Amino acid sequence: MQSIKEIREQFPILGTSVNGKPLVYLDNAASAQRPQSVTGKWLSLVEEANANIHRGLHRLSNEATREYEDTREAVRAFINAESAREIIFTSGATASVNLVAFSFGEAFVREGDEVIVSASEHHSNIVPWQMMCLRRRASLKVLDIDKNGLLQPEALGKLISQKTKIIAISQCSNVLGLKNDIKSLVQTAHKKGVPVLVDGAQGIVHSAVDVRDLDCDFYVFSGHKMYAATGTGVLYGKLKWLQEMPPYMGGGEMIQSVSFENTVYAQSPAKFEAGTQNFNSVPTLVPAMEFLRSARESALVEREQESIVEFMLEQLRADCRIRLYGDTGRREDKIPLFSIAVDGAHHEDLALILDKMGIATRSGQMCAEPLMDRLGVTGLLRISFAPYNTLEEAEYFIKSLRRAIEMLI
Amino acid sequence: MMSLEERKAAVVEEFSMYDEWLDKYEYLIELGKSLEEFPESEKTEDNLIKGCQSRVWLSSTVEDGKLFFRADSDAIITKGIISLLTGVYSGATPAEISADDFGFVEEIGLKENLSPTRAGGLAAMIETIKKTARENL
Repeated sequence: MQSIKEIREQFPILGTSVNGKPLVYLDNAASAQRPQSVTGKWLSLVEEANANIHRGLHRLSNEATREYEDTREAVRAFINAESAREIIFTSGATASVNLVAFSFGEAFVREGDEVIVSASEHHSNIVPWQMMCLRRRASLKVLDIDKNGLLQPEALGKLISQKTKIIAISQCSNVLGLKNDIKSLVQTAHKKGVPVLVDGAQGIVHSAVDVRDLDCDFYVFSGHKMYAATGTGVLYGKLKWLQEMPPYMGGGEMIQSVSFENTVYAQSPAKFEAGTQNFNSVPTLVPAMEFLRSARESALVEREQESIVEFMLEQLRADCRIRLYGDTGRREDKIPLFSIAVDGAHHEDLALILDKMGIATRSGQMCAEPLMDRLGVTGLLRISFAPYNTLEEAEYFIKSLRRAIEMLI
Repeated sequence: MMSLEERKAAVVEEFSMYDEWLDKYEYLIELGKSLEEFPESEKTEDNLIKGCQSRVWLSSTVEDGKLFFRADSDAIITKGIISLLTGVYSGATPAEISADDFGFVEEIGLKENLSPTRAGGLAAMIETIKKTARENL
């Protein structure tokens, strides 16, 4: 079994310094670091198998195509989709949501219809739906969070009407760091015949995902938050929907035949993958999923993460100057992500001082302005952990946070 | 009263006394805390500087042909930075400000020690001071 130290050695960036201090990277929810297996994969594809995919008949093209399509199968298996045709590669979760909002909207949403999103969504799971509603003359309804910050199936059931065409919710809010009960939420929606898109950008990083068990209609996530190369993303969609949806973009390789009179589109997934794909980067999802899987199976990582979460919850709850958001009191609801406000100290000041102490955190609205308004804050400070983080780093963070607060108040 | 050039030189000298950036932040925090109170009535949409992560307000008055600035922010380091700027440029004429290159900001290393997001905010503050000067020429 690999020790945490051995895991850290796979991430050269973790051994660097910032502002003369050893880097303590606690902004993993924004983008995680990449292991050498991921960068190595990218480099070997560029250096040894670089050619456009699905086109050439030469060896390099075949090799690149095989890597790309093997990744599709690996992603299918990773989230337990029924068919590889249900896996579409995009540039990230945002692109995946935009694709569904456009194509599903074109096919199924009419004037007067309704779309439901939740109050805790990232802008990427709000704005594409607003744009679609404007285009289709539909209206956007908002499912509120409960007092703990979770989404409740009963509340969703009440919000669904005859006109509801689709529901878009996140598995884990990027601010609150709480796991929603997606399975129950989907069941509630399906009882009323409404499909559900799940934003899994944070969710897939912190839990094993089985889309058939969740029974969601669409599931989206980004590669860069799960240790793969940036510019990679996945859209899972049930084939029954993908077949009925028109393409989002037109271009090369998404067609069966093209003439000036009539163009016939290809089947999914090609229908949704117009233009040259990110064939050097998409295959990095394979070593990234491998890293995620091995981290999940490691008892050492689990123990370290448990101590980090316990320590953070205990320390943040105990300090009366600190308000912790997304705390239900139940450990099992929480991913290792903590958003806080400090009375009398601005989140921006805290992040700036922590940076000088070598600690990377996130401050501000975190692309969730409606949630910030709902919580009554202008922004928060977010600290998010990955399997390569240690309890020692969490302790250093708390010590540094105290020092920063003392400087500011 | 010191001239604009003397005020700039004083800030550069003060800043060079601190080697560590944490100490410079401490100095900015003190500056921010000692900034005279900004009237709530002036915290208007018009006085809000766009392009900062935190909220920054800036208002100005003209006395004897000289500009005087007042500012506030909900973030204390930002407040320190804006108070540093208003301290230097208050009392200067619109013509002096318009002719100034704001080079002392680079000299004290403020720009490279702020993230691009915050440096954007700093640029917005400087732009607002320049714009106020232009409007009063």
